Amino acid sequence: MLLRHTTDNIIDRKALTVNPAKTCQPVGAMYAALGIRGCLPHSHGSQGCCAYHRSALTRHYKDPIMATSSSFTEGASVFGGQANLLESIQNIFAMYDPEIIAVHTTCLSEVIGDDMKQIINKAKTEGKIPAGKTVIHTNTPSFKGSHVTGFSNMTTGMVQYFSENTGDRENRVNIIPGFVEPSDMAEIKRIAAEMGVQIVMFPDTSGVVNSPMDGKFHMYPKGGATSAEIKSSGDSSFTIALGSLASTQAARALDSKCKVPFEVLNLPIGLRATDAFVDLLRKKGGVQVPEAIMTERGQLLDVMTDMHQYFYMKKAALMGDPDQLLSIVEFLTDLDMKISCVVTGTPAGTKFEKSIKEMAGGDTVVKSGATADTYYFHQLIKKDKPDIIFGNTYCKYIARDEDIPLVRICFPIYDRVGHQYFPLTGYKGGLRLMEKILNELLDRQDRDAAEESFELVM
Amino acid sequence: MITVLDGRKNQVREKGRDDRPVECGRMSLAGSVSQRACVFCGSRVVLYPVADALHLVHGPLGCAAYTWDIRGSLSSGPELHRMSFSTDLREEDVIYGGEKKLRLALQELIEAYSPKAAFVYSTCIVGLIGDDVNAVCRRVSCEKGIPVIPVHSEGFRGTKKDGYSAACTALSTLIGTSEEKIAGEFSINILGDFNIAGETWIIRKYYEEMGVRVISCMTGDGRVDDIRRAHNASLNVVQCSGSMTGLAKIMQREYGIPFIRVSYFGLEDMSQALYDVAKLSCSGEMIKKAGNIVKREVSEIYPELQNIKRDLEGKRAAVYVGGSFKAFSLVKALRHIGMSVAVVGSQTGSEEDYEYLREICDEGTVIVDDTNPLELSKFMDDKGVDLLIGGVKERPIAYKMGVAFCDHNHERKIPLAGFEGMLHFAKEVHSSVMSPVWKFSPAYRLRKGIYE
Ligand code: SF4
Repeated sequence: MLLRHTTDNIIDRKALTVNPAKTCQPVGAMYAALGIRGCLPHSHGSQGCCAYHRSALTRHYKDPIMATSSSFTEGASVFGGQANLLESIQNIFAMYDPEIIAVHTTCLSEVIGDDMKQIINKAKTEGKIPAGKTVIHTNTPSFKGSHVTGFSNMTTGMVQYFSENTGDRENRVNIIPGFVEPSDMAEIKRIAAEMGVQIVMFPDTSGVVNSPMDGKFHMYPKGGATSAEIKSSGDSSFTIALGSLASTQAARALDSKCKVPFEVLNLPIGLRATDAFVDLLRKKGGVQVPEAIMTERGQLLDVMTDMHQYFYMKKAALMGDPDQLLSIVEFLTDLDMKISCVVTGTPAGTKFEKSIKEMAGGDTVVKSGATADTYYFHQLIKKDKPDIIFGNTYCKYIARDEDIPLVRICFPIYDRVGHQYFPLTGYKGGLRLMEKILNELLDRQDRDAAEESFELVM
Repeated sequence: MITVLDGRKNQVREKGRDDRPVECGRMSLAGSVSQRACVFCGSRVVLYPVADALHLVHGPLGCAAYTWDIRGSLSSGPELHRMSFSTDLREEDVIYGGEKKLRLALQELIEAYSPKAAFVYSTCIVGLIGDDVNAVCRRVSCEKGIPVIPVHSEGFRGTKKDGYSAACTALSTLIGTSEEKIAGEFSINILGDFNIAGETWIIRKYYEEMGVRVISCMTGDGRVDDIRRAHNASLNVVQCSGSMTGLAKIMQREYGIPFIRVSYFGLEDMSQALYDVAKLSCSGEMIKKAGNIVKREVSEIYPELQNIKRDLEGKRAAVYVGGSFKAFSLVKALRHIGMSVAVVGSQTGSEEDYEYLREICDEGTVIVDDTNPLELSKFMDDKGVDLLIGGVKERPIAYKMGVAFCDHNHERKIPLAGFEGMLHFAKEVHSSVMSPVWKFSPAYRLRKGIYE
């Protein structure tokens, strides 16, 4: 019993988070910044933050994660971190020669109140930024939002620093993919290419945090959206923002800065959400949906129908990030599964709760934000035992204690591979998700079946 | 000589070419991809294995989230330390202060879990928003009747080492608070072993077999009550130079308990530890028993070590670890299995430590303080190493370069301490270095002259 301290008696907690179901903003900002080609994320704060965020991402991706820190000292906490950042910028360009430094703040630099814009300008006027190189920033106060907010803020920072409307309008669609895996980003690009739609996607971590092994250590792997591409997003004709929490802010910023209209969709996970994405891409790209994509859709639907009886009335409990949860809940209800509870530590607002309840029904317990933590999730599971759990690696404690199968989703996944390479998005991703669920459910059925009802063909 | 940034030149030396002392103990250069962590990390790492205490992280949530059960420090009983508790400070707390939240959280937690003591870690912003953590701790301690100990671990206050000393200070407030008198027999405290993968248990077993009474293993499978009576010990045995020497010094000053520094990694160092303790017990019996243990254990693993050595003879390693004491042991342990060390460094070594490293290393070995991935990968490339020993952030770098890896940090899954640990270590190194997967690495093919 690893979580022997969890009781099923739920009492209202006011001041306390037990076993969090989110983490702080900077790690999301760091991840987003890795989605720019030749970019070195920089953490403006104490050394520990940077070390923690790098470790977390390293464990999740099993790839080297590079980022630098302002290495705050006692002095910085009194006099501000300007000197540290100026020195950092100079050292970073001298030592690591990135194209771009993407600075994010931490709780410490936020409380001190460092003015990042002003410091970066000072670096510029002092000649600390070599010609052709760029320093961008975003504010990521850890005491607000969560890692998802940090991702959204950094993506918005990209728009603010790079996107530009040159007066032209290209027949091109921007895609802001949301806080998803590199495999998902690659899949979204593949779908667009298959459809013949010209796109700009940022951030794009594919090829960066799932880079191939070639016998060398690369400080800057080959992937990532280039600054030129992000700049050109200001000339695109439309923006599709995937996932409202992670992507709306950047799309809105692009609209007000460069007058690129946008629409926010749910992450394309599952049949319906992917349909919506493909349809919007078709409309905005002025293309027809090609045979190949229709085949993929048909195959997903085929397995949904082939196997539907195994999903019937199976009860699921979910914990993760809001954008993923919305789409996955929709997909699960389309498969005739029941949703017992949905928990996210990210403050997701009443609209999120309402949307989930609309899809899943009024009985589903939905909680987001403060004290919506893994401990609470576990309590809900104890009260109403589901057939399957969806959540990050930390949910394996619950899965083991309660003997319930677990499908790993969202961040972090420290104990399995696959998410780096195989998407959950798109029709193919839907198939993968369904395969994962089926494997868990059917393995369980096999394990628990009485001898006489142990089935060969399922 | 390998090129490194000007500001870091004095933190890198190559034996034989440049034998000036290694500069160390300084903060990492602002803007470097340092592999180091902060004060909070240091104190949390040390105190966390006290399994029946409450560990509450006061600050925004991140710090608590990243340290939730990532260190494989085992407990034979209570597992309260595996939970992650945080006050999750939000914007309004930053403005109005977090004291009330802290007090409520403590009260709630102590009621729910009845811990033997509570540690409250203040992270980066706590001082800045003006929280008087000491006062809150004092108050709750009075109300609840258990020690509530503030740990001042704001990240910017220094390096991981400063975190260790904050932890030592915190522990020292517990020590001596028990009335219990333990007299007569020769007894020790085990300091600085964190019971990763059960290592403290192995060490403890040896000592007990020698007839030594172990009063407390403070930070490995630790218990509050044991710590409270730790002042009864005749000797403190400190492992890991960085983390617990501070506490040993405090205990020497306050209770007159002498201490020795030991390492439990590798055959020589493990044997030496047992002999040293036995010698200080002044009991011929114990010295004899120590000898017996060493003889028995070594002869048990020796044949297998020889087999492994045959495969690994002549291979080269790079070692980058947190504490320098571990680096010493690893240099020696690797030699036992036929490997030499071409690059060696630590996050927290002192000048004397590096001096000693220079003594025991071969000519041409690169010695480095607080390195970064770019440097490290260059050193590894230049020296053509076959193995990297390091922690979580170094692993993927090694793999990308087609180099084998052994985790000697808190993510290791099998005990590497003690005699049996030496065998595990050898096996782990062997399993990675000899894996057929490296044959497919372009780097390997290049080195072997296999071109396509
Ligand atoms: S909560 Fe603050 S101090 Fe802790 S890791 Fe996040 S930014 Fe750093």
